[in-house]
Amino acid sequence: MDAGSHRQAGTVLRLAGITKRFGTLTANDAISLSLAKSEVVALLGENGAGKTTLMNILFGHYTADEGTIEVFGKPLAAGDPHAALTAGIGMVHQHFTLADQMSVVENIVLGTVPLWRPGYDRNAARARITALAADYGLTVDPDRLVSDLSVGERQRVEILKALYRDARILILDEPTAVLTPMETAALFATLKKLVGAGLSVIFISHKLNEVMAVSDRVVVLRGGRVAGERPIGETSAHELAELMVGGELPTLGVAPSRPGAVLFELSSVSTPAMGGQGLDGVSLQLRGGEITGLAGISGNGQAALAALIAGTLQMTGGGIQVGGRRVSGWSPRTALENRIGRIPEDRHATGMIGDMSVAENVISEAYRSRRFSRFGLLDWAAATRFAASIIKAYDVKCPSPAARVRLLSGGNMQKLILGRALDGDPDVILASQPTRGLDVGAVAYVHARLVEARDRGAAILLISEDLDEIQVLSDRVVVMSRGRLSTASARGERSVMQLGQLMAGHGLAAGDADAA
Amino acid sequence: MRLEPRAATSLGVNLAWGAAAIAATLVFTSLLVLIAGASPFTVFYLVARGAAGSQFALLETLTRATPLIFTGLAVAVAFRARLWNIGAEAQLYIGAVMTVVLGTGAIQMPSAGLIPLIMMAAMLAGALLLLGPAVLKTRLGVDEVVTTLLLNFIIILFVSMLLEGPLKDPTGMGWPQSKRVIAEAQLPRLIKGKRLHYGFVLALVSAGIVWVIIKKTVLGYEMRAVGHNAEAARFAGIPVNMVLVKTALISGGLAALAGFSEVAGLKGNLTLDLSPGYGYTGIVVAMLAMLNPLGVVVAAIFVAGIFVGADAMSRSANVPSYIAQVMVATALLTMVTAMMLMRYRIRWRR
Repeated sequence: MDAGSHRQAGTVLRLAGITKRFGTLTANDAISLSLAKSEVVALLGENGAGKTTLMNILFGHYTADEGTIEVFGKPLAAGDPHAALTAGIGMVHQHFTLADQMSVVENIVLGTVPLWRPGYDRNAARARITALAADYGLTVDPDRLVSDLSVGERQRVEILKALYRDARILILDEPTAVLTPMETAALFATLKKLVGAGLSVIFISHKLNEVMAVSDRVVVLRGGRVAGERPIGETSAHELAELMVGGELPTLGVAPSRPGAVLFELSSVSTPAMGGQGLDGVSLQLRGGEITGLAGISGNGQAALAALIAGTLQMTGGGIQVGGRRVSGWSPRTALENRIGRIPEDRHATGMIGDMSVAENVISEAYRSRRFSRFGLLDWAAATRFAASIIKAYDVKCPSPAARVRLLSGGNMQKLILGRALDGDPDVILASQPTRGLDVGAVAYVHARLVEARDRGAAILLISEDLDEIQVLSDRVVVMSRGRLSTASARGERSVMQLGQLMAGHGLAAGDADAA
Repeated sequence: MRLEPRAATSLGVNLAWGAAAIAATLVFTSLLVLIAGASPFTVFYLVARGAAGSQFALLETLTRATPLIFTGLAVAVAFRARLWNIGAEAQLYIGAVMTVVLGTGAIQMPSAGLIPLIMMAAMLAGALLLLGPAVLKTRLGVDEVVTTLLLNFIIILFVSMLLEGPLKDPTGMGWPQSKRVIAEAQLPRLIKGKRLHYGFVLALVSAGIVWVIIKKTVLGYEMRAVGHNAEAARFAGIPVNMVLVKTALISGGLAALAGFSEVAGLKGNLTLDLSPGYGYTGIVVAMLAMLNPLGVVVAAIFVAGIFVGADAMSRSANVPSYIAQVMVATALLTMVTAMMLMRYRIRWRR
């Protein structure tokens, strides 16, 4: 498609000179962006580049310090969350905003019926939803409860919700993060139909190949500014990546692994559900000097596996062996005593205590040892020294060990967690989504530290929803689907499509679960 | 209007909002005073004079502050760990009960042994009283707000039963009151002939100890970690339930000291009007102090001063002493609002 022709078709959305400051930080610096009818514009940038702030301004959650927004030629009222909706802009968030215990129809109609009207014409709504779904290939049963839907189906409901409200501009925030490769392909087909019908789409992503596949034009943000704007036909994934990072790409050379003894083993472990799914007879061996990557779509039991290894979830069956010895009474403390370093999935909720200081946070796993306390009294001097050493060794950007962790960026928080987890060279490392939400520089740093730990002989389990990350780092890959594990494959043995099949739960025979 | 989090809190902002809270409290109560037909300036002057205008006033304020320091500390300790102990009133009464059970002649020994013994027993009783709700919370997830609050009524009725039965003073002319504690069980007065007693010193010492516990000890660290983020604390291997139980024991013990100190230091016996809601006012004191143990001392003296001052004021000006309740309540609301504004910034929609 030719980007130029779309511009002539008329601009539907124009953001001009948007600037937003938070204290000394300029989150958006004179960002201008336009969107034409029937156009897909990709908004590309690392976390912290200003994408989310820009969209929050568009949707009235923040008020811009400078700049104007025009929708279909009319200025958009600033700071009013309803203005964007009524102007015909629909947003599909990365984290869905659906009511689980209501049906698809109810979710879509929710909020469109005035409060004072006691009922709504369910059949008319249903018919309209069915028609929209058929038009755009958004297959979903309108009468099912949202809680019974898969992640891909829920996303379709979100898109239908926007279309039902007559959205002419659709904004998708990292829509593929939760999808299998097949579902992603289906989503892209839907997007093609939408723009074919005259809608316009803003596609927010940091995945280059998807941006190249789906968009007509790319706007790259970096550090709150527009780093570049290219029609898709005149650019390459490599150029976009360099625009995103602002220079040469960091590369990670991973040397071949030298697997050692089995340091950690799960045998037919089952757990209660967590994050929607529990483990169902999972067996897994982690060898020293090897990174085992665990791929899977969010909500297939990864959360339960991570919590089990971390010690916060109890198993209902099976056993854990560390260094060949069976361990009973598994808890966070026994995990630590058995030299397991843990990087949790959610930095804010689980990893760090935001309202406590850096020093207080880094000692949270070891405060009881003689290193940090004597006779029930904490040795704050030792804690401060330890914090300072992590700040230095891991290059954490923070004013002092006394700074509150809440004020740090995600990347710096993750470095503190790394420093805490890797302190004392643990034998086994659980890294659950260790780079989610980090910028490229921090991602490279985390990866390098994990490989470094592997090379000194640690057994590492890397749980990630990012297949690229899994493929780059893992010496061995297993796939989790509906609480079960696939067989393991060596680096490069299975293609992305084969892994995708496993992620979707195909070809995962019951017997496979025990074979890993 | 919306709230945006501040990137950093600054001392200037905090002081400004604190001052604004005090100003708002004064303005609001002034309006009520005007409605009552008096001059706000006269009333505030009389309250201040009644609270601290003379040696008598000041000692009276400190005497009234003593139980509030204990209950304030009890609440501050518990709230730090997000254990919502609303039952300081009941713990206070159970501490008072232990004081009269042991201190009215059942045990005969010198003060040096008897007073610490009674103190320990009172603390133990208060601690055990909060243990139940804490275990119900950690084992079964029962909301401690409900259990501790309702225990207040149960314990007060229980005390009422005791005062009509086993603990009733046979020489009390039929009043529901206990026998008086023996001389060896009494806390001495700080100044001869005045009401201020060694309970106040004990309260100050307790505040110091609680401060050390929270700031310097492993347990205090665990309590704060659990209070700020229980999930992260659990992940890091902090025994969350055990910490909550220990917190409950300390909190209950502190609140019971209020009852001990009121009986052994001031009143001499147990009656049903021993506490005019010191357990609940302790929540106000702890919140005003932002849960800081040393701040609790200041806040308790402040709140006690308003109550004592308002009593004196209502005798000379024609304004009911209930204005004190309104002032304290308003101060709490404005301070809580100010504390939020110290962390968030208001954005007005253009």
